[in-house]
Amino acid sequence: MSSPPVSERFAPHLAQICFHSASSLASHFSSSPHSMLSYFESLMSSVEQRNPAVNALTSVQKEATLERVQRLASRGPQEGETLFGVPIILKENIQKVGFPVQCASRILEGYRGQFDATAVERLERAGAVLYATANMDEFAMGSSNENSVHGPVRNPYDLSRVSGGSSGGSAVACALGFAPVTLGSDTGGSVRQPASYCGVYGFKPSYGRVSRYGLVAYGSSLDQISPYARTAADLDIVLQVMAGEDPRDATTLREPYVSHWGRLRLDGVRVGIPRGLVSHARESGKLHPSVARALDKMEAELRAAGAKVIDVEISGIDVALPAYYLIACAEASSNLSRFDGIRFGRRAHEKNLDLAALYARSRAEGFGDEVKRRIMLGTFALSEGYAEAYYGRAQAAREALASGFKEAFQTVDVLLTPTAPTPAFELGRVEDDPTRVYFNDIFTIPANLARLCAVSVPAPLALTEFLPVGLQFCAPQGKDAWLVDLVRCLEEHSLCEMRCPPDACTVPALPNPLSAGGLV
Amino acid sequence: MNGFTNSRAVETTHAGVLKALMFYDVVIGLEVHCQLATRSKIFSASANSFGDEPNTNLDPTCVGLPGALPVLNDACVDLALRMGLATQCEIPHRSSFERKNYFYPDLPKGYQITQLHHPICRNGSITLSNGKSVRIDRIQLEEDAGKNVHTGNHSLCDYNRSGVGLIEIVSHPDLETPEDAADYLRKLHALAVHLGVSEGDMERGHFRADANVSLKPKGSSVLGQRTETKNVNSFRFLERAIVREIERQFQVLQSGGRVVMETRGYDPEADEGFSQRSKEEAHDYRYFPEPDLPPLFVTPERVERVRASMPELPDQRHKRYVSACGLSEKDAHWLAHTRAPAAWFDAVIARLPKGMEPRMVVSFLQSDVLRVQREAAERRGVAVEDLTEMVVSAEAALGLLAFVGDGTISLRMAKDVLDEMFTSGRAAADIVREKGLVQVSDEHTIAEVVLRVLDTHSKSVVEYFAGKEKMIAFFVGQTMKLGGGKLNPAKVNAVLLAELEKRRP
Repeated sequence: MSSPPVSERFAPHLAQICFHSASSLASHFSSSPHSMLSYFESLMSSVEQRNPAVNALTSVQKEATLERVQRLASRGPQEGETLFGVPIILKENIQKVGFPVQCASRILEGYRGQFDATAVERLERAGAVLYATANMDEFAMGSSNENSVHGPVRNPYDLSRVSGGSSGGSAVACALGFAPVTLGSDTGGSVRQPASYCGVYGFKPSYGRVSRYGLVAYGSSLDQISPYARTAADLDIVLQVMAGEDPRDATTLREPYVSHWGRLRLDGVRVGIPRGLVSHARESGKLHPSVARALDKMEAELRAAGAKVIDVEISGIDVALPAYYLIACAEASSNLSRFDGIRFGRRAHEKNLDLAALYARSRAEGFGDEVKRRIMLGTFALSEGYAEAYYGRAQAAREALASGFKEAFQTVDVLLTPTAPTPAFELGRVEDDPTRVYFNDIFTIPANLARLCAVSVPAPLALTEFLPVGLQFCAPQGKDAWLVDLVRCLEEHSLCEMRCPPDACTVPALPNPLSAGGLV
Repeated sequence: MNGFTNSRAVETTHAGVLKALMFYDVVIGLEVHCQLATRSKIFSASANSFGDEPNTNLDPTCVGLPGALPVLNDACVDLALRMGLATQCEIPHRSSFERKNYFYPDLPKGYQITQLHHPICRNGSITLSNGKSVRIDRIQLEEDAGKNVHTGNHSLCDYNRSGVGLIEIVSHPDLETPEDAADYLRKLHALAVHLGVSEGDMERGHFRADANVSLKPKGSSVLGQRTETKNVNSFRFLERAIVREIERQFQVLQSGGRVVMETRGYDPEADEGFSQRSKEEAHDYRYFPEPDLPPLFVTPERVERVRASMPELPDQRHKRYVSACGLSEKDAHWLAHTRAPAAWFDAVIARLPKGMEPRMVVSFLQSDVLRVQREAAERRGVAVEDLTEMVVSAEAALGLLAFVGDGTISLRMAKDVLDEMFTSGRAAADIVREKGLVQVSDEHTIAEVVLRVLDTHSKSVVEYFAGKEKMIAFFVGQTMKLGGGKLNPAKVNAVLLAELEKRRP
């Protein structure tokens, strides 16, 4: 489709209050369950109208959804169903029985979920309605959501730009109001970076906070299912539902997620800025001016609100990028071995192939270039004679980085950086050197390596800017609830700005005016 | 040398091996895979059961569905610890898992979860029948693969076995003959079965060995090139496979050739090894730490709990039977390596009636209790080994042996009472009382019977004095018979000898 001129696309929809939050929907449907059905019908038709322009969704599960909605409506809400009737969208690498789990790959053509992910199970137990699957970079590998068998996802603020990746579809779906909460997965920034590009919250929980059972693995020691939302309160609710120890995932944290809601004040919070990292990006010209401005402004506003902003150095952060790509690719090369054309997914059609050729053909035909690149890189990093020099040193660098963070968190409560060096870039930007693309993840990767929690929040923009810019706050492993409360503080001080992109979903108004805080 | 410190002679009966041993030292190490007898698989909850319809004991984890994760089965850990304790292993506080990556249709994830750098048990040893000690390098936990079934021009995969728990027991290259290798495997097998670690069914592949074999010039300290013969699942085949491999390597070396690193198989029907994969085709397994499983910490308390739950080992039992019970080496060895009889024996001697000795109990067990056991098995149409319980309970036997101990009845009489107990199902006391079975120890009464016997068999008495001393047994038999089996045999013997002396010409 041809895009209208920028000025028209960026009509200030801010006046138009267009979205409901998860908490407002849940409380509304809890008191009038029978409004659910018509709500979902018009939501889905609105979504189907708007999706083609952005290509955020890969399926809308109409029948199953209406069936579930009807069932929920007729039985009404039950004790503890904090997400009663709330629509939620899954990245298509999270398992739900019957839903496509194609991971945007040719090799998983036609593959559907065989069991429910723990996160899915818990959301449904809280009354949520999972109704659609979202586009992504193939097997969650990419920062632009252009590596997808379904085609690229477009940025709702400028259709000629990328959504970010790999969880681009979920980010766009959240930004456009397809659902108040959507799920992505974050291995090196795959939720935070698209959140930054699309102007929504993207929260990567601490490693082990949310069960990975049912998430198709990319880098197992880095992956976390991570929510997008448009209010801090929704982040809090959805994490309360999803987080917690899972007997099916041995890497989950023992300590439960206990809401910290309303207990934090910005006054006195110690905010660290890894100045070396930021300055390096700035001085080498890799930091976009609007990102730099947003960061400076945040710094000033935080100071004004009473926070202590301190410069910190995090030892080991300079080698985070190569360490990340070695570890993630090594794990991916092993995790993706099961896609061999034998038991599920796509098999090479040629007849009379011997076993080795069958593997080779099926994988050569089934995987895209970026996935192949990472499998090969990972295979090399683990191969005999090189494993110590590459994988071994990467692990050592990872542990050094983790202790670097530990040290930094002795003097600060939270770290502030940009989420990504630039706002959303143009689709199809040719980059001969993939390592330049990898640089995009410089700010997000450390949190995965060190198992920390981190959130990208949309910064308030100057009037001349129309592309969202995200800033990242990063806290120690396990302090997720505290970090959500920090986002609430930022909201309170208007330090983040949730906007409404052009052509967002005009969801049906709810019959009853909702209580304060219900609408964004 | 290879660190093997035994000084006993290297003994083998295989001609080909003997010939090789004239020029070379044989170096053998075994890797034994032992399937763990747990109800569910090692990383998921589906059943570990053999012989079911293909692909019925499955779950997302054991078939490697995308998104599924492994969770370690604690029961597998405890069984591995048992085996480790039984082989004097060290139990490190921390062990961890690795992924071993390779492609094969029976391996659904494309990697096997195993242990490499930090196995659950280390540095153990086991003593062979000939007294040699073999060092165990490690015991590691891992998962089994599925099975490919080849039919005509296509292949099918059965994943029932996929994810079943295994321990791999890796020896040092301390074995020097095919016989020792087979004996080592037998010892491990007996331990695993005795401890309930494995069902040990060789035909079902519960126990399989890979043999690493190499030859080095006699006395040389440099190991020769080894080959690995994979997946041998019988004691005898293992011995044969190693014999054939030694012969082959000997021939290669004698004709000036070089042994090449390769993976081999053994065909029992042809009694012949064959090459499967050479070094050039060898896998690079790309080991790396399994990110889905945190390290396994085994606390000293857990080790002690496992130790306390372990049945006594045959060797310990053997020692106890000799030193504390005074059994002969032969009886002790036999009994220590049984299951039900040993348990029966232990229950009986725990409450040993006055006047009884453990030696007498073993003799009663071997001659009478096991006879009843065999008869019962025959009647039920099963093999005697299939009876897991003793037909004569320790409780019932104690009731009977109490009468032997206090001299009421003789062991000879006990045999008849036992038969009666077995056919009627009544208690010993009832039978003894009812039949008036009371042993006669009164010397006068015995003497009367003895005199009658000697009078009736005067010709035999003459033969006795003519030097035919074994006639004494005949007189004892006749006296016992005439006495209705009630006479005290020891007394009979004494009275008989005294009376005979009186008649010495």
